[in-house]
Amino acid sequence: MKGLEIRNLVVKIASRTVIDGLNLEVPAGQVHAIMGPNGTGKSSLSKAIAGHPDYKIASGEVLLDGENIVGKSVDEIARMGFFLSFQYPVDVPGVSIANFIRACLNARQSGGKTVNPVAYYKELYEKMDLLKIDRNFTNRSVNEGFSGGEKKRCDILQMLMLKPKFAVLDEVDSGLDIDALRIVSQGVNSARSPEVGMLLITHYNRLLEYIKPDRIHVLSGGKIVLSGGPELAVELEQKGYDWLK
Amino acid sequence: MQQGQDTFDVDRSAGDFKYAEDYAYDAGVGLNEDVVRYISKVKGEDEWVLNFRLSALKAFEKMPNPTHWAPKKLDELDFSKIRYYLAKSQQKKRSWDEVPDDVKQTFERLGVPEQERAFLAGVDAQFDSESAYTNMKEHLAKDGVIFCDSTEGMRRYPEFFKKYFGKVIPISDSKYSALNSAVFSGGSFVYVPKGVKLKQPLQAYFRINAESFGQFERTLIIADEGAELMYMEGCTAPRFETGTLHSGVVELVALKGAKIQYVTVQNWSDNVFNLVTQRGMAEEDAQIRWVDCNIGSGITMKYPAVILKGARARGEVVSIALATTKQHQDTGAKMIHLASGTTSNITSKSVSIGSGRASYRGLVYMAKNTSGCKNNTVCDALLINANSRTDTYPAVVCGGENNSVQHEASVSKINEEQIFYMRQRGLSEQEAVSLSVNGFVNDLVKEFPMEYSVELRRLIDLQMEGSVG
Repeated sequence: MKGLEIRNLVVKIASRTVIDGLNLEVPAGQVHAIMGPNGTGKSSLSKAIAGHPDYKIASGEVLLDGENIVGKSVDEIARMGFFLSFQYPVDVPGVSIANFIRACLNARQSGGKTVNPVAYYKELYEKMDLLKIDRNFTNRSVNEGFSGGEKKRCDILQMLMLKPKFAVLDEVDSGLDIDALRIVSQGVNSARSPEVGMLLITHYNRLLEYIKPDRIHVLSGGKIVLSGGPELAVELEQKGYDWLK
Repeated sequence: MQQGQDTFDVDRSAGDFKYAEDYAYDAGVGLNEDVVRYISKVKGEDEWVLNFRLSALKAFEKMPNPTHWAPKKLDELDFSKIRYYLAKSQQKKRSWDEVPDDVKQTFERLGVPEQERAFLAGVDAQFDSESAYTNMKEHLAKDGVIFCDSTEGMRRYPEFFKKYFGKVIPISDSKYSALNSAVFSGGSFVYVPKGVKLKQPLQAYFRINAESFGQFERTLIIADEGAELMYMEGCTAPRFETGTLHSGVVELVALKGAKIQYVTVQNWSDNVFNLVTQRGMAEEDAQIRWVDCNIGSGITMKYPAVILKGARARGEVVSIALATTKQHQDTGAKMIHLASGTTSNITSKSVSIGSGRASYRGLVYMAKNTSGCKNNTVCDALLINANSRTDTYPAVVCGGENNSVQHEASVSKINEEQIFYMRQRGLSEQEAVSLSVNGFVNDLVKEFPMEYSVELRRLIDLQMEGSVG
């Protein structure tokens, strides 16, 4: 299957089980959302897929376009076309946004080739305009001294430039005011295509009004306990999560 | 992050090559009065210079190695096994075409002539003991600027040497300044006349080609009243089986209102002992700035200093050190405030990789009769591996009235979440760590001239190779 497929996934941090037999299929071209109360393993799931060394995959499979990525390194998984937008994007002092994204693109080139700088800047500026990021941000250090909204836009800018096959967006709406939410959502929507799959992790239906998902899943106790269409998000917002227990 | 790698090779391929040794002048192995007399005779020096050398030799022999505080490795240095003077020819070549082929190949591989053609105002390239080639753009000579090697300078401009040579750094300042004073050869002499402001930097390259050789260049730079100049030096050596010694002495004199900026990028191979004394004297309203990057060598001990002698003089040291396994970068700065209203800044960043060790050693001294002096010191250290080490030894003596001294220091470990973030974007662990380290020193790398900062980033990437993963 093209897209992301997770089979019987069990993830542990040290000896604590955070994901406990999770199954999920997100075909290319679709956007799914994972909702659920705090502390149910949503962020753990995203980090485990990305290959974070602290999140040990005890059993199960994660297939990206049919290829099992379990056991591969973080950067290998990234170069295969997996992107994670972080709930808390990390500062990289002294490394400008322009240089950082370019280095990431160069890392995907074969045989020591590098991206054409003219074409690169042209595209970078286009995507920055789309996300309403000021041009002078190209010279600013990645995320350093950014507001919450600026960090999220910077992450989505990276996604648009790196063009992943599959993206997990972990609480991309947190810390955004309504205008920023609209801009970030526009950016995310511009990356939607029949080739690209996405998984949104969120607490709020609000985000899903801007980025319309095809399916909603509820994560609780480290596994998917309920799945449904977009209407499920509205129901969850009204009723909360307690009725699921 | 992987931990505990104790050995890995650093690629210094740019400088790691050597040519057959074939020297017209060789002072032999070991140090004694005959060696000193031989060097002086070969160079055809005046008697006052020979006497200077001989008194320095006496001081050197009397002084102990500073082993009570210095790296233990210094004990491995065997002065009786070093060759103190080697030279191809005493005749200086003025045009690139006249330089012997193997020397030429060396410098071409290091990119000297290209850079010179590109923009440099002048180049002084030192191959073992003597400068192989010096040249200077004509318009500089017309302005009365002198740029030659120190032997020639001493011969042709004794008035400057008698007044300033060995005055900023006296013979017995340390064992190594004494050693240099006894056996020095090569190095540059620069004089920039009153009010002349050089827009382009002067440049020197130092290279050790012969095994067990000691390089003892001696540089004297004088900026007359209101003059301005920038001087840059680069250093390389191939890797030898036995340790090699580089012990240079650099004296700067900035007269009233003058500005001197001295830039060093040191990339000696990791069995070079790099024991350098650099000091400037700033008169009234003068400014001296040391911009220093230590990437290579096994041990570096180097503390660029500014003596702020005249009122409102200003001193600055900007320093980057990278220490990988087998390396100890013991670097720092000294600011000696002798007049009122003088200011100084020290900014130091170090990165320790593998079992590498970086130490900051600083002295800020404000004399009793001063007032309104200011110093600001910031030292940041970054540790990459669990067995990396850093130390800070700041000394502050604050006399006088209304003087202020500020010292900030930080030590950080490489941020694992940052590396995860960068790797999630597709960078390998090594690329991520390299970029992170480059980012850490970025604000200081920007202080280097453009082509040096490009080179520096490349060297930092090379240095990081094999340090992780």
